[in-house]
Amino acid sequence: MPTQDELVQLYRQMFLIRRFEEEAARAYAQGKIGGFLHLYIGQEAVAVGVSAVMRPEDYFVTTYRDHGVALARGMTSRACMAELYGKESGCSKGMGGSMHMFDREHNLLGGHGIVGGHIALAAGAAWASKYRGDGRVTLCFFGDGATNIGGFHEGVSLAALWRLPVVFVCENNEYSMGTPAERTLPQRDVSKKAEAYDIPGLRFRGQDVTDVMEQLREPIERARRGEGPTMVEVMTYRYRGHSMSDPGKYRTAEEVEERKTRDPVRIGRGHALAAGVSEEALAAVDAAVEAEVEDAVRFADESAQPDEALLHTLTLAPNGDADSPPPAGSYPAEKRSPLSADAAPTEVHHA
Amino acid sequence: MTEMNMVQAINDALRLEMRRDDRVLVLGEDVGKVGGVFRVTQGLYDEFGEDRVIDTPLAEGGIIGAAIGMALYGLRPVPEIQFSDFIFPAFDQIVSEAAKYRYRSGGEYTCPMVIRTPVGGGIRGGHYHSQSPEALFIHTPGLKVVCPSNPYDAKGLLLSAIRDEDPVLFFEPKRVYRAAKGEVPEGDYTVPLSEAKVVREGKHVTVVAWGAMLYEVLASAEEVAASHGIETEVIDLRTLWPIDLDTIVESVKKTGRIVVVHEAPKTCGFGAEILTLIGEKAFLHLEAPPVRVTGWDTPFPYTLETDYLPLQHRITPALIETAKF
Ligand SMILES: Cc1ncc(C[n+]2csc(CCOP(=O)(O)OP(=O)(O)O)c2C)c(N)n1
Ligand SMILES: [Mg+2]
Repeated sequence: MPTQDELVQLYRQMFLIRRFEEEAARAYAQGKIGGFLHLYIGQEAVAVGVSAVMRPEDYFVTTYRDHGVALARGMTSRACMAELYGKESGCSKGMGGSMHMFDREHNLLGGHGIVGGHIALAAGAAWASKYRGDGRVTLCFFGDGATNIGGFHEGVSLAALWRLPVVFVCENNEYSMGTPAERTLPQRDVSKKAEAYDIPGLRFRGQDVTDVMEQLREPIERARRGEGPTMVEVMTYRYRGHSMSDPGKYRTAEEVEERKTRDPVRIGRGHALAAGVSEEALAAVDAAVEAEVEDAVRFADESAQPDEALLHTLTLAPNGDADSPPPAGSYPAEKRSPLSADAAPTEVHHA
Repeated sequence: MTEMNMVQAINDALRLEMRRDDRVLVLGEDVGKVGGVFRVTQGLYDEFGEDRVIDTPLAEGGIIGAAIGMALYGLRPVPEIQFSDFIFPAFDQIVSEAAKYRYRSGGEYTCPMVIRTPVGGGIRGGHYHSQSPEALFIHTPGLKVVCPSNPYDAKGLLLSAIRDEDPVLFFEPKRVYRAAKGEVPEGDYTVPLSEAKVVREGKHVTVVAWGAMLYEVLASAEEVAASHGIETEVIDLRTLWPIDLDTIVESVKKTGRIVVVHEAPKTCGFGAEILTLIGEKAFLHLEAPPVRVTGWDTPFPYTLETDYLPLQHRITPALIETAKF
């Protein structure tokens, strides 16, 4: 069992992710965040637990549901929120948005919006650490739905063949967008897919952060010892829709309520209390989290939009032949047209 | 006639054709019980059941590959790719398999299927929910490419596409899915493939556009008519490939000037091909350099969307300069 201090830290991270995303959802509703916003609420114990047993120098590759991992790895709330707002002070200079959390300092190789596209990248990163002999492990997150696309097979197959130091973590939240796993997975036990690659498979419920830590230790150590990857399937649940535009009508209220009885944040708080941390001490943690999130929102709100010139400099190293955007200021704000009036934004249900 | 938006018109076409022809079926991610992320296939699952409205796992290569097999067997699959940005895992199936069946089987087999997919920006979707990859498919011999701008054309073109003997990429401009409304006949009618439409007549400059950009062009055409007396002829291409070159050439013979507007990046975009064709077919009629107003040669941005898209603030000056040249 982690120490008292560690338990407080784990709880703090989960509560931070929860509150951060609740405020992001509010900003989305106000139109301050655009595009697609996939919340991690309900799954916090997975990112926090995994991160707690990885080393700071290890690598992470994840999906579009990436705010939780980013915060758990140590990205600041400010950089994360500003990215959601599309501001230049965001972790990706506001050029990516919600699905594109990158953090070089913490070796976060990104959120990825193309499902399954990132799984082979984890194999590549792991190959690089094997080649460099630096003892690092790469952690690759993906969803249950992602195991159906070819990229999953290709990535896992390479990692297993080359015995790479990577741990695959499938966050099975029971749904691939609006379709339940029983209608998309021929083999509902994803951990069994490990057999096909002759690697260990592991399956457990991941709502208690201490369980996640316990279960992940060996796969991570195995990878570090050079014995190759493990397929870890963590059973979890997202409370919200697939993204903010999804009302989630394909699930019953009873189902969601039942899943909420195993709330990771509440369980984490319970652990801290049981270990003797006082209510007052936790109230102080809560207050600090609230202040941090409030500050992040204010920071994001007040930060500047990215400069148009970034479009050019971030595409390729400058290339005279490409059609570059004009120098900044060519189309000052008052000269820019909005989208034409008869083409109001389309209603998207959940993407 | 009923007033419909694009979503309703496409839904209507699918329903009509599924009732008429039991070879037609749809497949894709969340197209069944949920009715599609844009609700385009809503109600089809209830009416036609799970054998004809198939919820697939997340597997674009599998979706298109399976659709190809169905088509070879004699069915008429209409797979949906949720966003055209997610078409790339299926690129191999489309380019290497679907596009080449007629050719490599010496005409024994064709691959009649329609890949429906929402396209384009303007919904603050960032780079994975906004791109316009039409040129990649036009560049591939063996595919037809369609992009309607309004409900009437959407229904009529989709019916033509499903009845066509070859694979068709059917790009649906998502920004105007619900905003573009219009009268749509009930029942069966078709808009033939490869027929462009002059949607605004004018004698000074020809503009070719398709999909959501058409609305931006029309707004600029009004603007320059009022401010400079410039009469713009606007062509809605509707079918991008095989292209209706005659309609464009005829217009350019009248105006001597051409501007192409599209959302996709400029370099090797479809505008490049259109202008080259005009150079080949109407060179001596040109009185001004042909012009492209397009997205930049950059990924599609999240925050800087209205900087990237070729909106009125870039179309209008291009029309004025071209007309005055
Ligand atoms: C290649 C590709 N196809 C489709 C999509 C649209 N899409 C985004 S997430 C998703 C469902 C993924 O489900 P799962 O892997 O279980 O992850 P979860 O969202 O549940 O975390 C779909 C269909 C996409 N982003 N990329
Ligand atoms: Mg899932």
